[in-house]
Formats: sequence, C-alpha cells, structure tokens
Amino acid sequence: MKYFLQRLAFYLFTAWAAVTLNFFIPRMIPGDPVQSLVTKYQGQLSSQAIEALYVLFGLDKDANIWQEYVAYWKQLFSGDLGLSFTFFPTPVSEIISSSLPWTLLLVGITTVISFFLGTGLGILAGWRRGSWTDGLLPVTTFLSSVPYFWLGIIAIYLLTGPDSFFPSSGGFDSGLVPAWDQYFIPSAIQHSLLPALTILISSVSGWILSMRNMMVTVASEDYITVAHAKGLTDRRVAMSYAARNALLPNVSGFALSLGFIVGGTLLVEIVFSYPGVGFQLFQALGASDYPLMQGIFLIITISVLVANLLADIAYLLLDPRTRKEG
Amino acid sequence: MSEPVLEIRNLNVAYGLGDQAVRAVRDVNLTLHRGEVLGLAGESGSGKSTLAYGLTRLLPPPGVITGGEVIYHPDGGEAYDVLALSDAALRRFRWNETAIVFQGAMNSLNPVHKISTQLTDVLKAHDPRMSEHSRNARAREMLKLVGISPDRMDAYPHQLSGGMRQRVMIGMALILQPQVVIMDEPTTALDVVMQRQILGQLIELRERLGFSVIFITHDLSLLVEFSNRIAIMYGGRIVEEAPAAAIYRDALHPYSAGLLGSFPALRGPRRELTGIPGSPPDLKGMPTGCSFHPRCPKAFDPCAGNIPVLGRPGTPDGATRSVACWLHPTAQPVGR
Amino acid sequence: MTIPTSSIEQVIPAQGAMAQPETGKPTKAKRQRFRFVANKKAATGLVILGIYVLLAIIGPWIAPYDPGARGNDLVQPPSTEHWMGTTHLGQDVFSQLLTGTRSVMFVGFFAGIVATVLSVLIGVTAGYVGGKTDEALSAISNVFLVIPALPLIIIITSTLESAEDWLIALVIGLTSWSWNARVLRAQTLSLRRRDFVEAARATGERTWRVIVFELLPNLTAVIASGFVGTVIFAVLSEITLAFIGVTSATTWNWGTILFWAQGQQALAQSAWWWFVPAGLAIAILGTSLSLINFGIDEFVSPRLRSAGKTKLKTADGKTVRMRIGFTPVLNNSAAPHTHATPTPVVPTPVAPTPVVPAPADPQQKEVAP
Repeated sequence: MKYFLQRLAFYLFTAWAAVTLNFFIPRMIPGDPVQSLVTKYQGQLSSQAIEALYVLFGLDKDANIWQEYVAYWKQLFSGDLGLSFTFFPTPVSEIISSSLPWTLLLVGITTVISFFLGTGLGILAGWRRGSWTDGLLPVTTFLSSVPYFWLGIIAIYLLTGPDSFFPSSGGFDSGLVPAWDQYFIPSAIQHSLLPALTILISSVSGWILSMRNMMVTVASEDYITVAHAKGLTDRRVAMSYAARNALLPNVSGFALSLGFIVGGTLLVEIVFSYPGVGFQLFQALGASDYPLMQGIFLIITISVLVANLLADIAYLLLDPRTRKEG
Repeated sequence: MSEPVLEIRNLNVAYGLGDQAVRAVRDVNLTLHRGEVLGLAGESGSGKSTLAYGLTRLLPPPGVITGGEVIYHPDGGEAYDVLALSDAALRRFRWNETAIVFQGAMNSLNPVHKISTQLTDVLKAHDPRMSEHSRNARAREMLKLVGISPDRMDAYPHQLSGGMRQRVMIGMALILQPQVVIMDEPTTALDVVMQRQILGQLIELRERLGFSVIFITHDLSLLVEFSNRIAIMYGGRIVEEAPAAAIYRDALHPYSAGLLGSFPALRGPRRELTGIPGSPPDLKGMPTGCSFHPRCPKAFDPCAGNIPVLGRPGTPDGATRSVACWLHPTAQPVGR
Repeated sequence: MTIPTSSIEQVIPAQGAMAQPETGKPTKAKRQRFRFVANKKAATGLVILGIYVLLAIIGPWIAPYDPGARGNDLVQPPSTEHWMGTTHLGQDVFSQLLTGTRSVMFVGFFAGIVATVLSVLIGVTAGYVGGKTDEALSAISNVFLVIPALPLIIIITSTLESAEDWLIALVIGLTSWSWNARVLRAQTLSLRRRDFVEAARATGERTWRVIVFELLPNLTAVIASGFVGTVIFAVLSEITLAFIGVTSATTWNWGTILFWAQGQQALAQSAWWWFVPAGLAIAILGTSLSLINFGIDEFVSPRLRSAGKTKLKTADGKTVRMRIGFTPVLNNSAAPHTHATPTPVVPTPVAPTPVVPAPADPQQKEVAP
C-alpha cells in the first residue's frame, strides 16, 4: 500500500510537471507569435480569439506570470483547454474528446495484445534456446528498427487497393454516422485492422527480445535448478518458475516503454488518416494550432501516466516483495 | 558394511566440448550405503558440487556427462542406472528417490510464490491423485518437522530469515521421503550457531527417517563431526576415502592431511594450524601424474609421471578405506 | 518509437539494482574490450555503422545529382540514369538519400552525445552522492521518463522559429537522457559497494578521482549501450519530425524524402522507389545499432551469449540438445577415461619407481567430442 501511494504521489508530481511545462513552452516562443497568426488568418479571428491567444502565449501584459499560472490551472480544472484555430470556435476539449476514444481503443488494445504475444514468444525463445525460435531474433531485430509509420506506408502499398478488404484510410466508412450499431461497428473494426497490425508488428519484437533475454537470465537462477530437481514438468518450471519471475522486469519495462510506443502509434494514425489524437495533432501542426497541440500533448501525457499507474498496480500484484506489510 | 544405495561408477563430467572441454570430474567411483552420511570435501573447484549435480543430471550448459554410470538401488527393488533414464522417468526419480538441499537457500526458493505453493507443487507433480487437503496437511507436517511453525505456510521467501529458508529447503527435500539427500554446502551462508543447530536436527531426522546423505562442504571440521565416511576430492578425482574418524586420526593422502591441518581441532590436543601451499589446479591444464604433486610436500619421483589409482592401502585398517597416492601401496584398486 | 530492448536497461524497481556487469577488476577491462569486437553481432553492427558514417561524410560529394534539382523525368521508376527513380519534380531519389545521410547521422550522434553527457552527470552523481541529491535527481529523471518524449519533442520543435539540425539534435538530446540516467544510477549504486571502490574511498581519494578512475571505466559498457540506444531514438525522432513536416522540408534527410513521398501521393501512383529506400536505410541503420547493443549486452552479461554448440552427438549416435535441467549424457559406459596406474604393493619411496612411459598428456582418450 505504501508503495502504491508513493507511486501515486510520483504520478501526481509528474502530471504537475507536464502541465507546468505545457504552460511555459508557448511563453518561450520568441517574437510575437499571435501577430503572425493574426496575419496568417487575415481577419478570420475574432477579437475575442485574439485576446485568448495573448493569454495563452503570456503576452497579456496586464498579468504577471504567477497570476497567469494560477489562471491556467483554474482553466484546466474547469476542463477548458482553450479554443482551436483550425476548427474555430470549437473548444479544444471537444475536439480531443471526440478523437481520444479512437486512439485509446486502437493503441490500448494493440499494445496489450502486443505485450502478451511478444512476452509469450519471448518465453518460448528464451526457454528453448537453440531451437527454431532462435531464428526469430534476426527478424525481430530488423522489425523493431523499422519506423512504425514506414511500415504503415508499406502496408497500405501492399495490402490496400480498390478491391482490397482493407481500407487505406479513415476510421469508418464515410457514408456512416458514428453510432453503436451493426453498420458502424464492423466498419470501424475493419478500418482499424491494418493500423493495428502495423503497430502490432513493429512493437511486438521489442517484447520478444526483452522477454527472451530475461528468460535466459532467470534460467540460471538457483530456484530453476531446484524446480528441475523437484521433478516438476518442463511446463511448470518454464511458466511458474522461470517466466513468472522473468515477467517482472518486463512489466516494469512495459510501463517505461509506453511513452515510446505512444509516440510511434501517433504516427501510424497519421499515415492511415485514422481519426485519433495523433492525426489531430498532425493537423494542428500543419495549421500552427497551438491550443490544440498543447491540449493533445497534455492528454497524451495524462493517458500515459494512467497507463503507468495501471502497470504499477499489475507489478504490485505480481511481485510479493513490493507488498511488504506496513 | 550395509548394502549400497547409490553407486557412482567412473563418472566423468566436463564443461564444454572437444578441445575447449574442461574435465571437472574424472573417473569418480563412489558408493553411498544405506543410512550413512557420506561427506565430500575439497577446495572450491575440486569438482565436488559438479559431482553432485552431475549424478542427477542437473548441471547447466555447457556441462556434459562424458561417461559413467550411476546405479541406484531402490528399497527392495531392481537396481537401475540413473543416467540411462528417459526424461519422464528421470523426473519421477528426482525428489522421489534423491532430493537436494542447495547451496545458499537465499536463491533456492522462488521469490514470487508462497512457501506452501513450493512445498505442495512437488506433491502434485509426483502424486496427482493426492487431494489438495492432504497436500497441505503434508506440507504443514514437514514444516513442523524442521521446526517451523505451520502458520508460516503462507509466507513468501523474503519474509523468512536465512536459517528458516534453509529449514524450509530441508523440509521440502524430505517431503517425498527420498532414500538419498544430497546437501551442497547447506549451511555455508549461515552463522556457526545456526549451522550446528540445523545439521544436528538433520542428523536426528536421518535417524528417524533412515535416508542416506551426501554432504558436500569445504569445511572438513563439520564433516568430521557429522558424517560416517569422508571422501576427499582434488582436481576432479577422489584422492582418499575413509571412515570419518580414520581421516581425522591419520589421513593417508598428503592433501587430506593438509586440509585437516588448516582448521582448528574441536576436541583433542592442540595442533599447529598449517595451510596448503600453492593454489588449486587449473582444470584446463592439469599437471601430469598425480595432480597434487606440484603442491605436495612429500612428492617424489613417480608422482609426476603417473596417475595413482584409488586403492586399498596396506595399513591395518586398509579394508575400510582407500587412497590414491604413490606413498601408499595398494593391494587392489577400488571400484572394479 | 522503439521499445528499448537492452537487457541491461531492465530495472527491477523492488531491488533497485540490475544485472551486474560481471567485470570484476578494472585491470581486466582492456583485454575484454578486444573480446567485445570479436563478438560477431557487434562486429557486424560496427561494420554497417562504419559504412553509414562514411556515407555521411562523402555522401553529398558522391551524389550524382543535386538532390533538389528538378528534372524532366517525373516519377520514373529506377533506371541506369536514376538508380532509385525520380520524384514528382524529377529529383533523383538516390542523391536525396545519399545527401540526407549526413543530416541523419549528425543529429543521431549529436543528440546521443548530449543525452549521454547529461545521463552520466545526472545518473552517476545521483548514484554516487546519494541522499537528498539522489532523490531530487531521480525524481527529475523519472518525470522525463514517463512524459512521452516524441510528442514533447514535436511540441517544442514546432514552436522553434528555425529548426536547424543542431537545434533539433539538442532538443532530442535534452529530452531523451532519462532512461540512461536511471540505468547508470542503478549501476553506480551497485558499483559503489564493490571492494575496489570502497577501498579507493577509504584511502581518502577525492570524489571526482574515484568517479573518473574507478567508476567510469567500469560503466563504459553501460554508457556505450545507452549512447547507442539514444542514437537509434534520435534518428527515428528526426525522421519522424521531417516526415510530419515540423522541420524544414528543404534540408534533406530521409524523413524529408518520406514527407514528399507521402504528400505527393507516391502510394497512389505506386511509386514504391520513392519511399522504400529511405525506410530500408533507417531499418538497416537501426538494426546495426541494435546489433552493437546486443554485443554490449552479451559482453556485460555472459549468460546471454548464445551457448555456441547446442546440439551434441552421443556415443551411440543420437543427437541431444543442451538444456537446463537435463545435462546431456554423451556416453553411458562405466569404462574409465584415464589410465590410472595401480601403486605397487611394495614401494620403495626413496628409490625411483620403475616409471612406465607416461603419455605427455595423461588426459588422453577423450570420448566422443
């Protein structure tokens, strides 16, 4: 319990750091970014929006930085992330809440599948050294070096086309309206298959490699020899003794790698024009839509923190040594 | 002497293959009799642990058994060669007939499972029909036997002290009532008081349950006290084997004498402590002849040329002991 | 974007320490360094990396065309004139690839150096000094560790006015040191308790001397592994930034090529030559760097080395596999392997015993290799 509270405190601290970082980044932009945006949008921005921009960039001369900071936090707590330029005057929070579920489902499900699949294959490769599984290693090394988005491009090139089952872009058929019905859901699943496969292939190899290495390391521990000496079945020794222990560092690795994986998956969304936050971020970048960019960064960071917390809870359940009394 | 329970015949174990091979155990012949405690002593690198793991085929890669037989005599059954068993038969043999208490109990227990799980999974593997209730009852019984309160069943290894963990390991070793228990430096990591307490308890259990023990340690003083017979290993070979008292009284091999001279006597007259000059041989480049001769204070001409065979010496108690040394004429080789 | 797979980066939080490098004494380091190069994986990786470095230097000079120069052959497949075909403006893809190597390698190495210096400063200090300093530094690196680096890099670079290579490399380096710092801290903690460090401290050596002469030589492998890992990450990040158009689309790197290919519908035109070479170049560079890291890993923890020969022939001609828990039995006969000589019944310890001509090596008669 103490461990859990410590972790929770740490994540709250990190969230605070991320928010603060987010507050300061636009203030470090040299020159007058608002003016350049105003000229860029030539009269399309209302005076209200321009004022909001000055507040965002800290060019609001009336307030000192501390007051701005407090105001920023107040805004955050009321769920106000500012207004997007590209979809003016839609609030950023609205845009994010419409795209976040797509990302959470796609990235969440594929990351979990990838972790389990890769860990499973890693157990095999580590336990049966010298068998066919050794052949997996060069392949996985290569695949883990391929950028996610490039693999997505190749997948689109090879697997999509006018007659293909796989659509090359989007999250659902353009003729459909998002709803939980028998038309929309199959279409959404069909559209997510290829992006999911891309993420799966490029991320699974990392898990295979790390799990294999942990299995090899754990296999020479004394308790493995004891398990063999006890006459337990090979399966029991491999799973309950070797894999069970090798899993621990892999789970903490899972938490630490999430940031990397999320970064990669955002790019896959861009390639597939998948309606998630990654694609949204791409559009925001093109339009210098700072409020949207920052909102997305914040939401990604918080999602990763929550996922980390979940991984910590999993670790807590898996390793009795962290469950010390008191 | 009583009947044999385990006979090791010309066991050879190497690490690696071909030119790279390091021969860690060389032509070892050793017999363990029913109910006895056989001590196995030697410096580190002498091959004593390799011998113990080799005879149950537990050596990790790159260890290979390059030759020999390990004949096991079950209680009232037909004798068989352990090294010729199939994987499934070997799994059944393990723990049922020979159990091992490992060096350093710190890492011998799986850190993520409760000790109850680790005690009962042996029972499950060897007798799938046993009910969960009786498995747990048996595990409790074993804990009580080694002096641990059965309410520690649900403890994790990290919640136990070093001594308690080693007791759990002993209880685990006895849970299937094996004929042979191999103890590899079982108490080295513990303090002296705990050492004696645990060993004393073990001897008592042996008298009650009647198993035989192969007790491996570099601490000859412990062996003199706790074992019936002692075999001394050097450079992968057994150089002397005799009743514990005989070794203590008059060791025939200069190496045994050297080992005895390096620890203080517990009883009897004071002796001067001496070490053995030089260092253990490099297993990759063994000296020719008797491997001890470069360090031996009594080495003479034949020692460098030929390997002495382990045989019965011509001393009055020669029938009960054997030695491999050119100083001691032997009437007949032991083993075959 | 990649999951760091190096095993020495695996931290077990409950223990705070990790697979300890089994390099015992610092004096042995030199001989072991040669062994590292002898590692097949590391050698392959180093050779490939060497080729990339060479291309980074000479690439812009040997490129057959100006990468930005327009030509008349638009979107042409590979030919003798254009080895990797042309773009929508008739630019030569091969020249773009060659010219772009320099930027990629520069950003990779520069960011790697920045991140490595930071991680050594922060990680070793935290591990060595301990106490409140350690807590503060660890907290900072953990914060940087869980904040997703790539989105952060994207946000920061998008606010930069001019995104030149060195600036991008700096941003990447400043945001990606935390993982290595964490690994180094744990390693320093475990090293600090070793005898030779304790001894140096006990004899009153200055802190910086202990760190530089006792600790750092023993952290070389970990630092190198961290550096290589950061280079991989930096290369992928730079390419990503160029691909999504955050950085300037006129300085060439492989990401720029992919940016134009994606933007100009190379896919729809089936112009595979436009996007395949750049991706392969990234993948092969990444593979070579991973291979170097595997070499370092195996060097640091010998357990990971492939066991060499794993299949053995027994005396009766069967093949067995080396595996844990079942030591292979090559020969199950009880015939002795060495000819021990029975000692004579009546010895004359003073007079030389008749010596049987002994073979030079008494360990003869090796059975079934």
